[in-house]
Amino acid sequence: MPAFPAAAREAVHDDTLRANLRHATHTIRDKRARAVTELADWDRLREAGRAVKDHTIRHLDHYLLRLEEAVTAAGGTVHWAADAAEANRIVTGLVLATGEREVVKVKSMATQEIGLNEALEAAGIAAYETDLAELIVQLGDDRPSHILVPAIHRNRGEIRDIFRTRMGDWGRPAPEDLDDTPAALAEAARLHLREKFLRAKVAVSGANFMVAETGTMVVLESEGNGRMCLTLPETLISVVGIEKVIPTFRDLEIFLQTLPRSSTAERMNPYTTMWTGLGPSKGADGDGPSAFHLVLLDNGRTDTLADEVGRQALRCIRCSACLNVCPVYERAGGHAYGSVYPGPIGAILSPQLRGTASEIDATLPYASTLCGACYEVCPVAIDIPEVLVHLRERVVQGGPVTREGLRVRIRPAAGHTAERAAMRAARLLLDHPGALRRAERVLARTRRFRPHRLPGAAGRAWTETRDLPPVPAESFRDWWTRERGGTR
Amino acid sequence: MRVALFVTCVNDALYPATGIAAVRLLERLGVEVDFPPGQSCCGQPQYNTGYRYETEPLVRRTAGAFAGYPYVVTPSGSCAAMIREHYPRIGAKAAAEGRGTDLARLAENLVPRVYELTEFLVDVLGVTDVGAYFPHTVTYHPSCHGLRGLGLGDRPRRLLAAVKGLELVELPGAEECCGFGGTFAVKNPDVSAAMAADKLRNAGATGAAVLCGADNSCLAHLDGTLRRQGAPLRTLHLAEILAATEAEPLL
Ligand code: SF4
Repeated sequence: MPAFPAAAREAVHDDTLRANLRHATHTIRDKRARAVTELADWDRLREAGRAVKDHTIRHLDHYLLRLEEAVTAAGGTVHWAADAAEANRIVTGLVLATGEREVVKVKSMATQEIGLNEALEAAGIAAYETDLAELIVQLGDDRPSHILVPAIHRNRGEIRDIFRTRMGDWGRPAPEDLDDTPAALAEAARLHLREKFLRAKVAVSGANFMVAETGTMVVLESEGNGRMCLTLPETLISVVGIEKVIPTFRDLEIFLQTLPRSSTAERMNPYTTMWTGLGPSKGADGDGPSAFHLVLLDNGRTDTLADEVGRQALRCIRCSACLNVCPVYERAGGHAYGSVYPGPIGAILSPQLRGTASEIDATLPYASTLCGACYEVCPVAIDIPEVLVHLRERVVQGGPVTREGLRVRIRPAAGHTAERAAMRAARLLLDHPGALRRAERVLARTRRFRPHRLPGAAGRAWTETRDLPPVPAESFRDWWTRERGGTR
Repeated sequence: MRVALFVTCVNDALYPATGIAAVRLLERLGVEVDFPPGQSCCGQPQYNTGYRYETEPLVRRTAGAFAGYPYVVTPSGSCAAMIREHYPRIGAKAAAEGRGTDLARLAENLVPRVYELTEFLVDVLGVTDVGAYFPHTVTYHPSCHGLRGLGLGDRPRRLLAAVKGLELVELPGAEECCGFGGTFAVKNPDVSAAMAADKLRNAGATGAAVLCGADNSCLAHLDGTLRRQGAPLRTLHLAEILAATEAEPLL
């Protein structure tokens, strides 16, 4: 993956992509704002959500053990996965043990994070995405670019073309005369997917929440495809990040209000599916799988938990409100973030889950102007700008971090030597007002000789599209001394 | 009433007119203004780029320069936000790292006395009509740190709306960042330039003659882009508009 600025450059100059993103993010951000102002107690809900999440991650060990107990008691099996490879191994093994070679999938960030589809494919198992947007991405051999709307970078015409050319390769083909109206596209997807739902014996999902008290898994989605996957197949395998646990059923009250309003600007979520343990074998109403496996995924989360400032990223409920208001995301597009988590939350989550060693992860904390729009909308009040600055510090100054459970001291990332020297020089100058004043005078005296375009990477970056501000003949400091004859 | 002016390093070296305007304006309103010469930079560029250790001496210097003043007023939302939001954090971290509690104490003492200019005018002096005169169409860009960091709300707009002769027009997408973001402008030049272009397109569409802001860093970025484009719109700091009077007009 290239560094963020390089990846973003391409997107900035792709006019179709820019227009698609602009249209989509502006529409949904305006709707969200309206949906949120409807609630008089939004600030209290936000604070309550923050508090529940903070409390849970502070006592994560306790709640995870309770969850395991409750899930087991309800007839499920809990598996613990330390990293992506282990999680993939577990899921692949579970699918193979059923004798099946295909699975239907509910849209899930955790399975994308670990690259499950690829791992399944390598084991000869076909994984079918059933979320409309995920289907578009999968058929188009593309990568998702948004947490909630993975195909946000595509417009209707592009989607029609993808359906027409690729659906046949995966199953029921799209009608010959498919046009690009939403109804026609949705109907083509519905028919294509129905075939898969009715055949599937195994489903793979994630979860939005896991209730420790009852062992209940909760999935929110808008299309009903998730409910099909959660009720029709015989075996259900859910891969869930350990930070998704909440203590009690009652806590859902908060998030079932804040999540839909933040993500899709809806008052209530269209499909909220909850299941606790097993279906038919328990003699219940006959719905739901007869085998349930919960794979609890760490993959860098306990390391993140060890960081006092950065751990707040684990509060995230993946609503994607921060993406939709982020001016950088809007222009750079989701792919530039080099991770399944794009936008502001991606900029703080990925470098924590993966570490800051790679080029992309070292540049992600800088993929923000610190404008604060993300913090303002976040329904669990994650101070994303604070974490960004904290991670920048880690990149340029190094320091103690926890990696794979061990406390280690990382060295500053390479490539910041010149910047570090410049920051230090500037600080020395700024910390000596006498010297600062002399420097200002030199600047003023030589102002006529200043070139229009500056050399050096930083200089060029500024003067490529902008002029430098003109240097005044006299600094404020000198004006003050001249006018007021110095100070007391 | 005696206040210390924190002019900020950018204004000192590149935009002295802003500092001068702030002095004239405050004096016109009966405030005694002082300029403590020990002041320098608030440390925001260092801190926001990740150089927290380099910031510490500047925190100490700033707190020292303004010790003893009941009010510290600055015509820069982002520098005020730096002090208010981050100085306590820097002090707390230094203490947590075992380097003593004096930085935290200095920060704690400074923070409640720091006011961004419009906050000081509206909240402390209790004025919205400062007796200014500026017969032009103006649109206002609320910089992110003033808007979200400090929560300036409609204070700047109320001050502008009370200026005689001034016609205030709303800027579409006003709350969106202009793309400056300190070192962001040089680390992510393409995204930064795209954001400035959109901001200026919106500003141009208002038909205003002046794009006003309360943060010269953002204005430098926007003004530099305008100059390169050769666009007729000009940028001005809010302090300069508020300082202009019928006896001493600005434009
Ligand atoms: S960080 Fe906050 S706003 Fe962004 S996706 Fe997570 S919960 Fe939503």
